[in-house]
Amino acid sequence: MWYYEKKLQYPVKVRECNPRLAKYLIEQYGGADGELSAALRYLNQRYTIPSKVVGLLNDIGTEEFAHLEMIATMIYKLTKDATPEMLKEAGLAPHYVNHDSALFYHNSAGNPWTAEYIQAKGDPIADIYEDIAAEEKARATYQWIINVSDDPELNDSLKFLREREIVHSQRFREAAEILKDERDKKIIF
Amino acid sequence: MSHTNTKYYYPYISPYDPCNPIVKKSYPTPPQLYLGFQPPNLPQFETAKEALYSGTLWPILYDKYKKHD
Repeated sequence: MWYYEKKLQYPVKVRECNPRLAKYLIEQYGGADGELSAALRYLNQRYTIPSKVVGLLNDIGTEEFAHLEMIATMIYKLTKDATPEMLKEAGLAPHYVNHDSALFYHNSAGNPWTAEYIQAKGDPIADIYEDIAAEEKARATYQWIINVSDDPELNDSLKFLREREIVHSQRFREAAEILKDERDKKIIF
Repeated sequence: MSHTNTKYYYPYISPYDPCNPIVKKSYPTPPQLYLGFQPPNLPQFETAKEALYSGTLWPILYDKYKKHD
């Protein structure tokens, strides 16, 4: 079970109403390498992996939901008072006619989120390497969003999220070491 | 050679490239690629606030990202 703390993991400030940026950010909300995919992928893998790394998947999977909340806040703030005309200019008309300014789990191109994004092979090594790749892909996505964003305060939050991907990648790399480790065995020369 | 978290390469430039060529391309190679299994008792940021704003407790894992135009 979870306890909920009613605050964001890191503050989210948005300087200007910029629906176009929201269109890019939605990639991290409902995209293949987004936070929803990450959270569900890790939490789902917990059941079929050696118990030594279950706690790690639990912790990181939970933190991904905290990131999802930050992304949702960014998208919400970027679009909340945008007029239909502004949404149209930002290329969000298809989103508007379907969802008004509600958030929806789809990627930047409008493809709805699908369970195919979350891999679970059941092989611990395959799954952990998948997770490392997912973290590096999410890190890269944050870099590209920062590069196209002109909002310094939003970029500050995005840089925090990018750093978290680095730390997660580091931890999954350690998990791979734990899984292949023979440290507990006596070494006989 | 000293350690860097950015690597560079020089792609082939054709005389017929339609866009103005970028001679030198870069890509990030952040610290987690090099650390291995994190050793215990690594130095931490001086203050909790600094750690929060960096996104990590350990400066060795911190990778500053600069926006590219």
